[in-house]
Amino acid sequence: MKVLIYAEQQDGQLKKSAFEAVSFAVQTWAPQGVQDFTVVLGGRVSEQDAAGLGNYGATLVLMPDDAVMDAFEPHVHSAVLLDALQKSGANLLVMAHTYAGKSLAPRLAVSWQATLAAAVNHPPEIQPDGTWTVQRTVYSNKGLATYQVSGERRLLSFTPNALKPVLQGSPCPVQPLSTQAGAGASRTHRLEVQKVQGKIPLTEAERVISGGRGLKGPENWHLIEGLADACGAATACSKPVSDMHWRSHDEHVGQTGITIKPDLYIAVGISGAIQHLAGVSSSKTIVAINTDPEAPFFKVADYGVVGDAMEVLPRLTDAIRRSAGS
Amino acid sequence: MNILVCLSQVPDTTTKIAFSADNKSLNKTGVQYIINPYDELALTKALELNEATGGGTVTVIHVGGADAEPVLRKALAIGADQAVRVDAEPLDSRQVAAELATYIQGQSYDLVLTGRESIDYNSGLVGGMLSQYLDWPLVNVATSIDPAGQAGVLAVSRDMDGGREKVEVSLPAVITCQKELTEPRIPNMRGIMAARSKPLQVISPQGIGPDLSLLSHALPPARQACRYFTADQMDALVEALRQQAKVL
Repeated sequence: MKVLIYAEQQDGQLKKSAFEAVSFAVQTWAPQGVQDFTVVLGGRVSEQDAAGLGNYGATLVLMPDDAVMDAFEPHVHSAVLLDALQKSGANLLVMAHTYAGKSLAPRLAVSWQATLAAAVNHPPEIQPDGTWTVQRTVYSNKGLATYQVSGERRLLSFTPNALKPVLQGSPCPVQPLSTQAGAGASRTHRLEVQKVQGKIPLTEAERVISGGRGLKGPENWHLIEGLADACGAATACSKPVSDMHWRSHDEHVGQTGITIKPDLYIAVGISGAIQHLAGVSSSKTIVAINTDPEAPFFKVADYGVVGDAMEVLPRLTDAIRRSAGS
Repeated sequence: MNILVCLSQVPDTTTKIAFSADNKSLNKTGVQYIINPYDELALTKALELNEATGGGTVTVIHVGGADAEPVLRKALAIGADQAVRVDAEPLDSRQVAAELATYIQGQSYDLVLTGRESIDYNSGLVGGMLSQYLDWPLVNVATSIDPAGQAGVLAVSRDMDGGREKVEVSLPAVITCQKELTEPRIPNMRGIMAARSKPLQVISPQGIGPDLSLLSHALPPARQACRYFTADQMDALVEALRQQAKVL
């Protein structure tokens, strides 16, 4: 088994999913006797950061030798990755099922002719015959499906937050990665980029504070943002809130929005319609705050507060700040 | 433009999911099927693009059994010119993408639109796989699609990790559709009547095999009962989140 790991960066900084990808591969295949964990970086980062992936078990990091991969372009990245896969003789590629992963994994599954196990939510169980058993959510978190994966070449993408990176190892060597295959491979022409500044990306967030119609209007969102700030959380909202343009659609979590699985999800003034629960029910711990004691959210919540958001939110924010200060 | 819209049918979003006795498939009893919401946006956008540029056809295609024909008729009622059904029972994205690619290679479409994912299996792989099979450019998770002022080029905004970007892409291309792109259209009576006589062609599959083999389905594990706090007990809630749940 020869493993390659694709690690994402943005603006020269390794993304959270990069550490998760290395750890996912190492935690799964080191116990199987795999010793070589080579990382292909999707763009350049500092030499020190690259070598630091060794602290999570990487044994070699390949850093692009020019700027062609620094901004994500699916055709360039998949061309360079395919070249790296073929040159290394790898038979397994591991990546995160992020927006980038969702563009790369299906293209590589075809060009590299690999079996694709996408969006798995746990490390695979490896059977004695070499096949894997993998699990993923289906029907927008309303169900689980277990699959058998076989094939000579395999590609695995895992959902963000599927596991916690574990420190095991020491800084590793960094070598240049030829990006020649990516030169001229671009099929899109970038006109402009809008980056979300100073906000924790929702899909990566370990804690999420989400508001619904119970907030009564966009002017009350400072309460959600205050609580998010106090506990280092991202903000999200329900579908009605994004439909009414109180918040932008990229904050909408639920069956037709973003599916997330943070450690902590605090739902404020959201009743808990089945479509909303579908997008968030994989969260580790759920807190529901609602005036209606019959709100369906209380059926899936671990902790509940029956009360008005306007009253509860400032108190909870204060309590968290006090507790952090103590 | 001649646009192909790939659509799947999915259980209505209010569906309570249950599986068959052998856990191999969805229990379809009482399940209402709808056009996958993201595919519905793709269809509306296809119609809008042709209305704006004044010409071309919109074809919808589905890989699946005859039970999907009501959903295809609905797409025709919304405004598609013709429908194609590849008569297969696909088990994963690979099969769908490979069947679509085989069909498209024999045709002359300028643009393929589909949803960014289906809300049943949520993989979001068909568009990407299809683009690679065809060797066409891919723009994933598009939030706007407009003519770029130059024939055969579209300006597309797409969601990405940590933001959004606008790109130009030359046709033919595969674009997957995200919310915000447009609003779905409700078919009117004239559309529904016209849909009855629009062509719905059934073609035979190539019989390409799936990547994965399904072992079983299960429902997610039940969650524990909720522990309640009053608005005066926020310190206790924070304590529970720290000490018991260990998430703060």
